[in-house]
Amino acid sequence: MIALKNVSKWYEDFQALHDCSVAVEKGEVVIFCGPSGSGKSTLIKLINGLEDFQKGDILFKGKSIRDRDVRLPEWRRRIGMVFQHFELFPHLSVLGNLTIAQQKVLKRDAAEAEHKAMALLDRVGLRAHAGKYPSQLSGGQQQRVAIARSLSMDPEVMLFDEPTSALDPEMISEVLAVMVELAQEGMTMLCVTHEMGFARQVADRVVFMDAGTIVETAGAEAFFSAPQSDRARDFLGRLLL
Amino acid sequence: MGYNWNWGVLLQPVATGEGATYLGWILHGLLLTAALTLAAWLLALLVGTAFGILRAWPSRLCDAIGATYVSLFRNVPLIVQFFIWFFVVPEVLPTAIGDWIKSITPSTQVFVVSVLALGFFTGARICEQVRAGIAALPPGQLQAAQALGFRLPQTFRHILLPQCFRRILPPLTSEFLIISKNSAVASTIGLLELSGQARQLVDFTAQPYESFIVVTLAYIGLNIVILRLMEWIQRRIRLPGMMGA
Amino acid sequence: MFALEWDTILAARSIIGAGIAVTLQVTLVAIVGGIAGGTVLAMLAVSGSRPLQLFSKYYVALFRAVPLVMLLLWFFLIVPQILRAVFGLSPSVDIRLVSAMVAFVLLESAFFAEIIRAGIIGLSKGQFHAAAALGMTRYQSMRYIILPQAFRAMLPIMMTQCIVIFQDTSLVYVISLGDFFRNTVSIGERDGTLVPMLLLAGAVYWAICSGLSGLVRFLQNRTAS
Repeated sequence: MIALKNVSKWYEDFQALHDCSVAVEKGEVVIFCGPSGSGKSTLIKLINGLEDFQKGDILFKGKSIRDRDVRLPEWRRRIGMVFQHFELFPHLSVLGNLTIAQQKVLKRDAAEAEHKAMALLDRVGLRAHAGKYPSQLSGGQQQRVAIARSLSMDPEVMLFDEPTSALDPEMISEVLAVMVELAQEGMTMLCVTHEMGFARQVADRVVFMDAGTIVETAGAEAFFSAPQSDRARDFLGRLLL
Repeated sequence: MGYNWNWGVLLQPVATGEGATYLGWILHGLLLTAALTLAAWLLALLVGTAFGILRAWPSRLCDAIGATYVSLFRNVPLIVQFFIWFFVVPEVLPTAIGDWIKSITPSTQVFVVSVLALGFFTGARICEQVRAGIAALPPGQLQAAQALGFRLPQTFRHILLPQCFRRILPPLTSEFLIISKNSAVASTIGLLELSGQARQLVDFTAQPYESFIVVTLAYIGLNIVILRLMEWIQRRIRLPGMMGA
Repeated sequence: MFALEWDTILAARSIIGAGIAVTLQVTLVAIVGGIAGGTVLAMLAVSGSRPLQLFSKYYVALFRAVPLVMLLLWFFLIVPQILRAVFGLSPSVDIRLVSAMVAFVLLESAFFAEIIRAGIIGLSKGQFHAAAALGMTRYQSMRYIILPQAFRAMLPIMMTQCIVIFQDTSLVYVISLGDFFRNTVSIGERDGTLVPMLLLAGAVYWAICSGLSGLVRFLQNRTAS
């Protein structure tokens, strides 16, 4: 469904990504992990064109992002994304956050958009907060709204960029619960995360990155029980301490 | 549009026959604008700092005096202030002083009035910057100074103001730029600075485009010179870790 | 001398009224036109296109470098013919009013552009990304996500700028346009009451502007809490 082929990216003289290749099938859950600065967030942002790259190619359902007739807004609409810092729109209510793109991008009418939004809020357990503004919610609640907002566009794939790393510890589980449910429903997911418990529970595969390179790609069980590379062993060892 | 360009007119001797050229008039105007800007800026710094200290002084009365000054000078248009300085102030002063002012050469009189008007107008803006600059300092600075036995005036003089000025230097230098533009209002009371010369040249030469273009370019040039000067000063005064990014 | 002669002021009230109307018209047109023009210029400044960015940058720099007095003179003394040609105005229209409005709109566009641009730049990159990730086009993210936030953040500064514009309209004096201030001075010169009339003008401006600044502070405190 999603394929990265030999992708390299430079910031000026600094090479941020070296020759990265990953293929993700429909319904797969793939976890990207690695030390900070390893390029995993950058890699995931390439997929919906929030960052550009200089070499290689990215395919979504067989179509290249480099194709002349690709319109990025349409491309991004089909790929949901959840950000580390939620990025809810502070000037809109929770409901407004969930309806604005449905109405303006998908051209759904107000009633339909609202109906969909309320159903999604129900699903993340926040129906009662529809009229509030983002600043009135806790971090965990905001991130659940952000996931619902993303789902309101009926995406075919979901990207998660460290969705729990800006949260207080006691709020992490409520967000992970929503993500687990999503994975179990068969959503194709690419997650950058350090939550190894979550990874063990839902991941089909794990991609381990370091210094802009994909060091190791393995099935989840294999990765956690017997990582192949020294760097992955080292990383897991420090994480579990 | 059928306009007859004649740049040569700028180099012709002036009609009033004082051995100058029209370009000479413009240069004289530029000089006046520069002198007025500098004098008014210095006055504004002085007045603004004095009232800014009043506003930051821990006394209700002092703060009220400072606030009244700011309110009066910020909420009345500059041109109205020019007219009040020029027409009203000499009338309300004691007759002796008023007569003395009226006896000064008119050109000196309008220059002094312009410095006063621009200086007090801009001083109100600087006053607020000084107040904000002092308020932005950590309260611990005042307490630390007092714990060391500084009296209040000493605290302002040696501790608060030096830090405040380093912080507000960028806005203070932009005030210089603002004054250079506001100085054009002085032409309304008859000062022949740059824009005054532009108007005079239109009357004398009937070649408005040439004189307006030259004067506008002079303002842009002045602007660029002041900007460069500001950058230079700000580089010079920057202390490690003090100015932020 | 200081006894305001209310009789003469009353007698001149139609002249003063006409002046107030001119002041308000110029102010209103400058604010509306300036915000519209400033928004466009700010959009150009943050657009991806280098030539458009440069156009916006030099436009703002040029208009901010030239004193308002000079701008007003330019538009009044030099380009009434162009204004007539462009706007197709009949010669009966007061060219001074129109040229003052054009000068103010063009100048205030530059000021509002700087304010709005600062508001846009002040937003986190994440907001742009979030809007893009939902499939919004550049125009849609500006229209629905970025600009509403930028305007909200900049509202106090924009309101203060409106007060400054109101004060600055008094400079139409240099093109002999009969606004509130000019007409007050004219009456004062006619009746030999210049001193009290100037004080009256100052008092009126002071009352209106300090009232409005107080309102801005009040709104600012209310939204802050």
